[in-house]
Amino acid sequence: MSENKFSVKKHFFSSLFDQNPILVQLLGTCPTLAVSTTVVNGIGMGLSATAVLVLSNLLISLLRKFIPKQVRIAAYIVIISGFVTAVELLIKAFLPSLDKSLGLFIPLIVVNCIILARAEAFASKNGPVVSMIDGLFMGVGFTFALGILGLIREVLGSGSVLGYTIPGFKPILFFALPAGAFLTLGCLIAAVNYILALSKNKKGGSK
Amino acid sequence: MNSNTENKFLTMTASPHIKSPIKTRNIMADVVIALMPALVWAIYVFGFRALTITAISVVSCVAFEYLYRKLMKKSNTISDLSAVVTGILLAYSLPVSTPLWIPIIGSFFAIVIVKQLYGGIGKNIINPALAARVFLFVAYPTELTAFTEPGKYLSPFAVNVSKAASDITAGATPLVDLKNGIIPDADITSTLIGNIPGTIGEVSATILILTGIYLMIRKVITWHIPVTYIATVALITLVLPLGNAGGVSFMLLQLFSGGLMLGAFFMATDYVTSPATSVGRIIYGVGCGLITVFIRYFGGYPEGVSFAILIMNLFVWYLDKATKPKAFGGAKK
Repeated sequence: MSENKFSVKKHFFSSLFDQNPILVQLLGTCPTLAVSTTVVNGIGMGLSATAVLVLSNLLISLLRKFIPKQVRIAAYIVIISGFVTAVELLIKAFLPSLDKSLGLFIPLIVVNCIILARAEAFASKNGPVVSMIDGLFMGVGFTFALGILGLIREVLGSGSVLGYTIPGFKPILFFALPAGAFLTLGCLIAAVNYILALSKNKKGGSK
Repeated sequence: MNSNTENKFLTMTASPHIKSPIKTRNIMADVVIALMPALVWAIYVFGFRALTITAISVVSCVAFEYLYRKLMKKSNTISDLSAVVTGILLAYSLPVSTPLWIPIIGSFFAIVIVKQLYGGIGKNIINPALAARVFLFVAYPTELTAFTEPGKYLSPFAVNVSKAASDITAGATPLVDLKNGIIPDADITSTLIGNIPGTIGEVSATILILTGIYLMIRKVITWHIPVTYIATVALITLVLPLGNAGGVSFMLLQLFSGGLMLGAFFMATDYVTSPATSVGRIIYGVGCGLITVFIRYFGGYPEGVSFAILIMNLFVWYLDKATKPKAFGGAKK
């Protein structure tokens, strides 16, 4: 992932699949497990985090030469929390129902490890444009994983898709509960690892 | 290694050359035999629907085990009968009014998720039948807490038993009363022989004790886990009863109602998920007993046997490590 050989297409697929922040890097599992009860919640959370990720990556990348190394984490957190507050107020103003269902987890984006990890690992070493693209792709990967998790849990746990009830299906309450979140995430990670291992073997790469 | 994956041409091993005739299959067959009297009693008390549910559960457990091993191109393990035992135990922990599709979902959870995803027999960390029971209990709370009065037979083949049916008494096992510190109406004799509402396999306390003793005589299980488990529950409920109910009758009702006998003799003693040393087994049994009473006294559910055994399952690795005997002639620590 060096700056001079930045391939947009390659980076997009890697952040969706083999470097997916949730399914492979296992970052940000707390909001993942807590808010993935429905598709709307999952995608809402994913998009808010994406917005923060893009903007904080941009600003941190612009300021990367001015932030002293010793206090960089504190500086990143201040920048991130500024954007999180903005996003939180916007959601409160325009999407009150989403705000109600996500609740505390919007302000908690401040301590979401994906955002800090991208700031530390990418934005602090790369230029503003690629940092924004990186933030966008990582955010899309996060939203993608949350959406799938939310879909599985909504179908099985509440017997509905996007709020529309599936006729004739008896919901399995287990999947709407926290234990179901752990189980679903575990199975999803296992499935992604299996598929990635298969595709690596096909390419003839190392196991 | 599984016995059926042994390569017959490569048996040039060091001594001893005499092989034990005991195979997983023999042990499991003994457990199946020991579980049969409780089924006969269940059919007598609850009608032939008990048999239907058990049959569905066993068939789907075996089918999921076969299909998974086949799809994953692994050696087939259905002939060791462990899936049959899982199926019977799963059915025994369901009430007789359970809709007929619930055991199929439970079997899938038990066999595929709890057992096979961890590598199949011998590698699962928790008891598949119990884990599936808890999963179903959390997933379908209303269906799994509707108990039928004994002697009122339900249709053996109706997929769903209607909720309005007057013969279902929701959640009226003696344990609910005991939790509130009241001695229930059910007298001790009918609790002992199993003429009370409850799940298919757990009601027949006397039969379960006798068949458990059969398993001990056959040396399939040792006394450590059942005796320490039941003794712990007996001691606490005798010394520290709940409410004003107190006394020996409170203790006896605690022992003989609910899944304690089924759990202590048949579920906590599962080879894969119980300690291998005697000391480890005693600690494990006491732990199961303590957690069971704590859940019955203070927990959100009236019954704690399945949770207690599952929690202790997670300690088995540590118990085995902590109680590992010193090798003969080995150095002192």
